[in-house]
Amino acid sequence: MKILVVDDEEDVRVLFEQRFRREIRAGEFDFAFSGSGEEALEYLKGQDLEAVLILSDINMPGMSGIELLRQIRSKSPTSPPTIMMITAYGDVQSHDQAMALGANDFLTKPLDFTELKQKLKSSL
Amino acid sequence: MSKIDFSDVVIATSTMAVVMGVVTKILETKTRDHRLHTILNFAWLGMMLLSMLINLAGYETSYSTIICLTVLFAVQRSKGFPPARMLSIAFVPAAFVYLINDFFLFLTPNFFKDNKDYFDTARGFAFMWVLGFTIYAQRQAKRDKVVRDKAEAERRIIEAKKQELEYQVAERTAELRKQKESLEEALEELKTTQNQLIQAEKMASLGELTAGIAHEIQNPLNFVNNFSEVSVELCQELQEELDKDDFDKTYIAEILSDISQNQQKITHHGQRAASIVRGMLQHSRASNGQKELTDINALADEYLRLSYHGLRAKDKTFNADFKTILDPNLPKIEIIPQDFGRVLLNIINNAFYAVQQKAKQGIEGYKPTVTVATKVNPQEDLIVTITDNGGGMPESIKTKIFQPFFTTKPTGQGTGLGLSLSYDIITKGHAGTLEVESTEGEGTEFIITLPLK
Repeated sequence: MKILVVDDEEDVRVLFEQRFRREIRAGEFDFAFSGSGEEALEYLKGQDLEAVLILSDINMPGMSGIELLRQIRSKSPTSPPTIMMITAYGDVQSHDQAMALGANDFLTKPLDFTELKQKLKSSL
Repeated sequence: MSKIDFSDVVIATSTMAVVMGVVTKILETKTRDHRLHTILNFAWLGMMLLSMLINLAGYETSYSTIICLTVLFAVQRSKGFPPARMLSIAFVPAAFVYLINDFFLFLTPNFFKDNKDYFDTARGFAFMWVLGFTIYAQRQAKRDKVVRDKAEAERRIIEAKKQELEYQVAERTAELRKQKESLEEALEELKTTQNQLIQAEKMASLGELTAGIAHEIQNPLNFVNNFSEVSVELCQELQEELDKDDFDKTYIAEILSDISQNQQKITHHGQRAASIVRGMLQHSRASNGQKELTDINALADEYLRLSYHGLRAKDKTFNADFKTILDPNLPKIEIIPQDFGRVLLNIINNAFYAVQQKAKQGIEGYKPTVTVATKVNPQEDLIVTITDNGGGMPESIKTKIFQPFFTTKPTGQGTGLGLSLSYDIITKGHAGTLEVESTEGEGTEFIITLPLK
């Protein structure tokens, strides 16, 4: 399964690749990265959505993570992909909005990678 | 020794008194020349003594010569006073006639007696002359007096008015001085208040920044923490690999490369956080007015992000696209970074506010966007434009936005000083221009022009 990480911070890619180096080497996790919501939608066009797990930041310039979630779920509200939202603003409003729009999980920054690893493993 | 002819003395004395009475009136000696007035008033006494002495000496005289000479003495003392001229015309010929008369009387009494009729006639004419001109002089003096009295009255009125005016001027001057003093006091108070307001405005914009700053610091700190943790894990992995007898050199080199890369990332994000804190401190600190060679692209990017995150933190539902079109060849420029940053922050905050307001209208397909662009124009000016696709503004508002205390924001949301201070900072502090172009319903563009030379 592909894990699509959507974040405008470039170093997120390096961080994920190093944090999950063992899992990547072992072939457990396969990451793809998008720098924006628009890029992510473009990526998803050629993908089997059942084989994709999206990990998206909410706060991005241009299309926000919430908008990305809205667009993906507008086509299939309950079907895949699994979408986990990440935000630096751990406010109730963002959480409720994301969950109402069909997010599968809601994580706050700074990420607890041990917890994230468990969540990813259980979702895959 | 002769006897005194008292009738002669009385006639001479009374004639002198009458003539002097008339002369004092014509010459107005009472008000003009007090000493002459006294002399003329007591001339009759002199005449009485003199006539008695002449009588005792046995001389014969008409006394008219003495009277005429006394009058001419008075006329001489009143030289310049108009009626005196008329009196001189009356008495000079008469005095001449009387002197000739007395001359012949004393020196050639026989000749005088032989021609007495002629002398009598001459004296008669002299008397008539004196009488006529005296009457004329008296009338003329009266007319002159009326004119002079009138002129005097007018002068007094003018003088009174002048004094009144002087009093009014003095009064008004004192009032104006008082007003000037109170205005100076008010000006001092205004200057103090203005400084306080500028400080308040700075603190308000810093307040707006706080959430953005927190987010901007949080992000690099997360990276610092994460990359540090990863580095610890990598070191453990490295140790585990080294503990193996058949360790993989390529794998070890890969781990070391990653650790090195992580250290660079930690340094990079640590510096990023430090730079934000430095920027915040710079923003809150009073400007020292020192210009520094500054990278406008970096400054614009920094404040755009801070502003965006600040608004985002305040209103979680808000989201806007922000773009930068930064000229990679933009030269560094001498500016006062704190002041210029304040300008950028004010304008960018306003731009985000404008798109946020428009987004609230729920217009379908509307994408709130704020764009910051930099370039160098053909005239070698550095141009920074801040463009939004918010609601724009009508001409009536556009003309007022740089006025102090003008704000379109609801009470309590804006001091109305942001753009006014920005205008001063750009035009006075940096010899540049700050212009605005706006189309109602379509958006606004602020154009900052800074001369490079």
